[in-house]
This record gives sequence, structure tokens and C-alpha cells, in this order.
Amino acid sequence: MVENVKTGAISAKNVRKEFTDPNGDTVVALERVDVDIKPGEFICLIGPSGCGKSTLLRLIAGLTEPTEGNLYLDGTEIKKPSYERGLVFQDPTLFPWLNIYENVAFGLKTRHVFKDKKKDVEEFIKLVKLEGFEKSLPHHLSGGMAQRAGLARALVNHPKVLLLDEPFGALDAFTRMNMQDELLRIWKERGTTMIMVTHDVDEAVYLSDRIFVMTPRPAKIEAIVNVEIGRNETYGRKRDSGDFLNLRSKILRILDYTGKAAEIEYTI
Amino acid sequence: MSKASALTIREKEVGTHRKVDFQVRTILPIFGVSIALATDALIPAHANLKYANLPHYRYFLYGALGVTLLLALVALLSEKLREKYSYRGAFIGGTFLFLTLLNLITAKWLLLPQLYFPSIARIFNVFFEDSKLILTCIESSLLLLVKGILIGFIIGLSCGIAVGWSKKANYWIYPLIRILGPIPSSTWTPLALVVFPTAKGAAIFLIAFGVWFQITILTASGIQSVKKAYFEVASTLGANDLQNLFKIAVPAASPSIFLGFFNATCSSFVALMAAEMIGCKSGLGWYVNWQKTMLSYPNVYAGLIVVAVFCYLLVTLQFKVRDRLLSWQEGVVKW
Repeated sequence: MVENVKTGAISAKNVRKEFTDPNGDTVVALERVDVDIKPGEFICLIGPSGCGKSTLLRLIAGLTEPTEGNLYLDGTEIKKPSYERGLVFQDPTLFPWLNIYENVAFGLKTRHVFKDKKKDVEEFIKLVKLEGFEKSLPHHLSGGMAQRAGLARALVNHPKVLLLDEPFGALDAFTRMNMQDELLRIWKERGTTMIMVTHDVDEAVYLSDRIFVMTPRPAKIEAIVNVEIGRNETYGRKRDSGDFLNLRSKILRILDYTGKAAEIEYTI
Repeated sequence: MSKASALTIREKEVGTHRKVDFQVRTILPIFGVSIALATDALIPAHANLKYANLPHYRYFLYGALGVTLLLALVALLSEKLREKYSYRGAFIGGTFLFLTLLNLITAKWLLLPQLYFPSIARIFNVFFEDSKLILTCIESSLLLLVKGILIGFIIGLSCGIAVGWSKKANYWIYPLIRILGPIPSSTWTPLALVVFPTAKGAAIFLIAFGVWFQITILTASGIQSVKKAYFEVASTLGANDLQNLFKIAVPAASPSIFLGFFNATCSSFVALMAAEMIGCKSGLGWYVNWQKTMLSYPNVYAGLIVVAVFCYLLVTLQFKVRDRLLSWQEGVVKW
């Protein structure tokens, strides 16, 4: 957790989400969720597909409304999307008709604050190490670079909370590890509350302060695991320490005990 | 790597694309023109050919010879021109061979009735004798076309955006488009001639109508098929509904809108020619039709050539604009 951060607390009170499927049947996408996330905290939502982790993220983003209950950012109810809750998808979703600079500046321009904050655009392009690519078009960038541009585009708005939906899922293993360290560096520097969906247990243990382990049928938070392993100089954790491996198998056991291990997309 | 070896590599790279170079294919057009000239000058015209002394085709070939010689010379020095010109060389040379064939069939051997298939010289003669009328016709057609396309485009874009974006507009306007749109615009001619006080007004309406339909349909479908994730990301970056529409939906749909514009331009040529042949007293369509009734076929062919060049230039201009505006697209389709 980043200390002395005042804003970016998320709380979900009795949140429940139902969908109607094409046949007209009601599907429970998320059972009752009651959690508090502290300002500056790094949370990972982990679980197999169908466990409601993306639904919870979209609820916090304000892209869908809960069927029951309420969500709050710093005590204010979340009703619709806002730049205060930035969002990054697995597909970087850069706007292909804008170059990298224009993509990053998009949020500032829509909020009509671009003129005063031109420096921020350059600062965040630098932060994600994309200097020299300002004029490039999105389809000229590699997957990792595009994802970094997507991060910069969300961060330039100084969101209080950054929501990440499997942001590194499509990257190769080396790029993914580099991006994890970049993300931790940005997190420490800016104190943004991070909520990240992943199905990679290693990633969750490496990054987060707390892990919400979620299971499907019914889709719910099965357990909340505190990660009490010390962070190293890059704020990550030693991936081969005994504590790391123990916690990893503990989380896998939680998922296993519910009889859903077959749906986890990796082997131990 | 030593400096010397680096230099030799660079020299090798340059070797294939030298600044001054000769490409055989750049002189193919000169051959073509020379054959055309020799045929025209050496083979006498058929004894029964009328207007056998018109010199304009010969003038044109002299001019072409000068231009091809000049281009071949410049191509020696300019690498960019050389590449383009040598690629097109065979085609240009072939075109002159085709003209030579036409010249033989019509003027030299008189194999076809000369009333309907006049000599090239007579067609070229029209460009000189009738140039004033042709120019006013071009102007008149262009004006009609621009007005029609502009009106159709503006209304089509508004309708397309409304139908693609708003459910209410979709409910009310879409059925109308489905019913009215597929009717070929020339079908409206009787009504248009009654409603509009002038034939030109009617012509503009007919052109605008065809354009409106094409643009509306492709704008609406373009906007409806924009990835939902773009809107979601834009919303979390602070965009409101209006910004989502104009900063996300419209640019994302622009390839589709341009496709609509291309279809619209093509159908507008049809509408233009149809409209001009009905009521107007000027324009390229009127010119071709009028000359046909006068049985002056050289003018008909000259008119058709002008129409072809006119449409070709407009479509080319449109592609240039599109390539510039849509250069962001990955693997954009080249025409």
C-alpha cells in the first residue's frame, strides 16, 4: 500500500448484479459483494472465467449499474463513468485514427483542460517510455508499447483509481514481467489505487496488497487474502521465495476446494 | 566494421538505384508514338474519306512525341520519375499502337461506315472547333454535380448520424430510407420536373437524392458497427455523449462514410447524365445527346472522351483526399 494517500477509496455495499440472457432467463453475474478498498491500495481480482471479476470492475467503472446495492468512490456514489476511475483493457483499445500523442491527450481535450496541461501529456509519454513515438499511429506499435500508451492515456487524467482488466494478458512472458515492474513504479510514484483483474496467480501475488479470490457458480468473492510478503527495491516480490510459493499454493487451494480447479488456465 | 567496408556496402545498395540510369522501358512510348506517326504520314487515307485533310491528329502525335522524348530524358536523371514512368511505359506505348489500329480501320482502310465511326482526326478536330461550347458544358455539369453532391452529402450525413446514433431517429427515419432509398433516382424525374421550377433544380434534386441514400446507409451502418470498447474507454476518459458521437463514432465510421461517398459519386454521374439528357440545355450529358440527334458522331465521341476524363479526375481527386484522411487505417485498400 502507498502511504499517505488521501483519495481513491472504493466501497461496495451489498452489491449484486443480474443479467438477462438472450433466452430471457436471469443470470447472476455477481453475488452479494461487500468490500472496502483503501486509498492507495493495490488489489487483484483473481479467479476463473465466469467468476464475476470483470463485472465487478465494470461496476466500479460505472459502465454497468448494480441490480442491488451501491458503490462509492470516496463516499460519493458511482453512477456513471468518470475520468476519476481510469480503465485499461487487455486490448489497449487505442483510437486508431489518432496518433500516440493525440491518444494520450484525448482525456485532457474532452475535459477542456488540454491547454493548461500540455506538459502532462509529455510527462506521461515519458513515464511509459514512449518518447519519440508521439507521431506514430497505434497499429505501428508493438503490443507492449500499445499497452503502455493505453496506461499513459488513462494516467494523464490523474485518476484516483485505475481499473485494469487483464492488462498484460496478451503480452509475452518477458514483456509482462517488465510491465508489472513499470506498473508498480507508477503506482508508488502516483499513489493511485489499483484494481486489477487477472487470472495469473503469480501476477497477483507479485503485485498486490490484497487478493480477492473469486469463484463461479455462484459468482462471488470466496476469500480475501492479505499478501504480507515484503516488497523488494522494484516494489515487487521475490518470485522464488518460500513465502511466495506458499501463498501461491494457498490461493490455488482456495480455488481448488470449490471444485473449480479444472477451469484454471495453468498447471502447478 | 572499417570505414572502407561500410562505404562499399553503401555503394552496393545505391548500385541498384543509381541517380543517373537508363531503363529500356522508358523509351517504349517513343516507339509507340513513332509508329503512330509513321502510319499516319506514310499510308495514304482512303480515297472516299471525307475531311481527309484535318491535321489535328498529326498535331497531337507531334506533341506526344515531344512529351515522350522529354520524359525519357528526364527519367535518365530523376529516379522517382524513372520508376513510375518505366512501369507505365509499355502501357503508354500500347495505347498509341491501339490509336494506330483505329486510324488504320477508320481513315486508312475505311472498314467501317464513316458516319458512325469517324476518323480520329475528326474527333480531335472537335476539341479545337467546339472547345468553347465543351468548356461551358464542363462548367455547367461540374456546377450541377457539386451542388447536388454537397446537398446530398450534408443531408445524408445528418440522417446517417441520427439513424446510427439515436434509437428514436432509427425508429422513424429508417423505414423511410428503406422504402425510398432503393428507388433509382431517375424514376423521380416526372415528379422533379413538376415540383422544381427549373430543369437545373430538378437535376440537382435527382443527384442529391442518390447521394443522400448512399451516404445515409453507410454512415448509419458505420456508426452502428463501431467497437463498444471505444465508447467505454472514452467515457472513462471523461467524454460525454456528444463527444462520444463526434470524437469517437464519426471518426471510427469514416472509412464506411468514405465508401458511401465513393458509391454516391459513381451514382451521381449516372444521375447527372440522365438529368441533363432530359430537361437541361447545357452540360456534358446534354451535349452528347444533342450531338447524337444531330448525327454528328465525331462530337459524340469527343463528348464521351470528355465525360470519361471528367469522371476519372473527380474520382481520382476523391481517392487522394481519402488516402490523406484515412491514412491511419491498417492495410487500407488501394484503388
